[in-house]
Amino acid sequence: MARTLAYGALIFLSALFLAPFFWTLVTAVKSQADLVAWPPVLWPADWHWGNFAAAWNKQPFNIFLKNSVIVVVLSTAGQLFSSSLVAFGFARFRFAGRDTIFILLLATMMIPWDVKMIPLYMEFNYLGWINTLKPLIVPSWFGDAFFVFLLRQYIMTIPIEIDEAARMDGANSWQIYWRIHLPLMAPALVLVGTFHFMNAWNDYLGPLIFLNDQSTYTLPLGLALFKGLHEVDAVSIAAITIILCLPPLALFFYAQRYIMDSALGSSVKG
Amino acid sequence: MTSPALAKRPSRRRTGGAGIAPWLFISPWILGFLIFTLGPLIFSFVMSLHDWPVVGKRTFIGLDNYTTMLRDDPQFRDSLWITVKFACLFVPLNIVLSFLLAVLLNLNLRGTALFRTAFYLPSVISGVALVTIWSWLYSKEYGLLNYLLSFAGITGPNWLGDENWALLAITIASLWGLGGSMLIFLAGLQSVPKELYEAARISGVPPWAQVIHITLPMLSPMVLFTFITSIISAFQQLTIALLLTKGGPVGSTYFFAKYIYDNAFKFHDMGYAAAMSWVMFAIILVLSMAVMRWSTAWVYYEGEVRKDGGNG
Repeated sequence: MARTLAYGALIFLSALFLAPFFWTLVTAVKSQADLVAWPPVLWPADWHWGNFAAAWNKQPFNIFLKNSVIVVVLSTAGQLFSSSLVAFGFARFRFAGRDTIFILLLATMMIPWDVKMIPLYMEFNYLGWINTLKPLIVPSWFGDAFFVFLLRQYIMTIPIEIDEAARMDGANSWQIYWRIHLPLMAPALVLVGTFHFMNAWNDYLGPLIFLNDQSTYTLPLGLALFKGLHEVDAVSIAAITIILCLPPLALFFYAQRYIMDSALGSSVKG
Repeated sequence: MTSPALAKRPSRRRTGGAGIAPWLFISPWILGFLIFTLGPLIFSFVMSLHDWPVVGKRTFIGLDNYTTMLRDDPQFRDSLWITVKFACLFVPLNIVLSFLLAVLLNLNLRGTALFRTAFYLPSVISGVALVTIWSWLYSKEYGLLNYLLSFAGITGPNWLGDENWALLAITIASLWGLGGSMLIFLAGLQSVPKELYEAARISGVPPWAQVIHITLPMLSPMVLFTFITSIISAFQQLTIALLLTKGGPVGSTYFFAKYIYDNAFKFHDMGYAAAMSWVMFAIILVLSMAVMRWSTAWVYYEGEVRKDGGNG
């Protein structure tokens, strides 16, 4: 009895969480007649897959996509490299002030974006970076507190004997980081890459503030622009929304095991 | 903080040879901290003491921005109040719902992995995509939500167009992404030793009392963590307000973060916006500290072992 009740609740709640995706997909493939029908058409008789291409061509979405890909690829690469480098420094060396600096690093996570957004805009404006993709890429090459923390925790689970053996064989610190730890960190790097990808791909406020020229827009900004111009064209907006959702969803399914492992595995228990 | 293995063997080779190497490894973060965090923070504070239009003359005005805000700006008070109302809706609901979903998943029924994926999936979507998805669900004419409510005999409100409902609409859309908090609670539930329940059951403690005396205390650190992170995210809520309701209707979702944004990038009053962002920072800090202090009354840490192991 209790089991049935629990199953009922799980199925009902899952449907509730997935319904928005389903509704958006169904909207994207509707004909104009189905769109305005009441009661709403939950399962259209004809699925108009051509709506996707039609919507894509209504704005220079190719350019927006190209910009998004540039930002996401370059910033993810930077994030993986810099955060792992810094994490290695904190995990594998003792040096004066290390613990203080690490606490400072953790404290920076408390700083609201709103405080940094205004001076960063002035700074990038001074550097001539407004209307370029640099403000969305360059800061990722300097490590992120949360990711450094995550990777440091991971490195500390790797036995120090491995480092010692390598050092006996004449490896220096860089080689130990690059040849030994980077490959060993792979599961944690997948996690960091996934989270960073999603942040960068979905980011709206950064591009909104740093980009004014349409030729530099990223996809989310392009979709927001499109939504503003064609408020009534629900089908096209839904189609672009689905396209925008696909990369994070695909990445999630690929990385799901790592996300669940890191959340539900030993790392949480410390 | 210290790796036990490293602490045990202070080998001359490693500490002596370290020298400048660790600083080279952490130098990206140090540089980034100076260029993209500390520098901007100092700059922002200096700005907050000025009348600072985007173009034109900058004048030092001391604390005037702060006193204006507190004394003569009803919009400041209103937007802050709306943000507080939002936080009072979002924070408790986020904690309670994440916890309940985690409890359901922790029953470990067949198919749990699928349900877990379903609950987590929305949290990979945010920003513009999330807003466009919800703007149809809420649509008065074509919205799925009101259609479904009509089956229950409820005439749904004009979610985004009614000042009494818009804030709740934003809360619900934000709660869609509670997957992260849910995972944290689920991890907590799975780390509770089974022997505790076993012992309680043998001593005849009823299930509801087990929840109160075992589950809740064991999960209190996760509650604290989610509490603080949800407060921080509630106060920074901006994207949804900018895109879904644009602050309306009748200013009912005009969040504090949006007022800061408007001052900086619409009214071009950078100094005033910077001063308000510091007020937000201060509020977040004070609230977090207050919750931390209060938490000593209800957060339970499992003995020394956990304190030692969980210090990172």
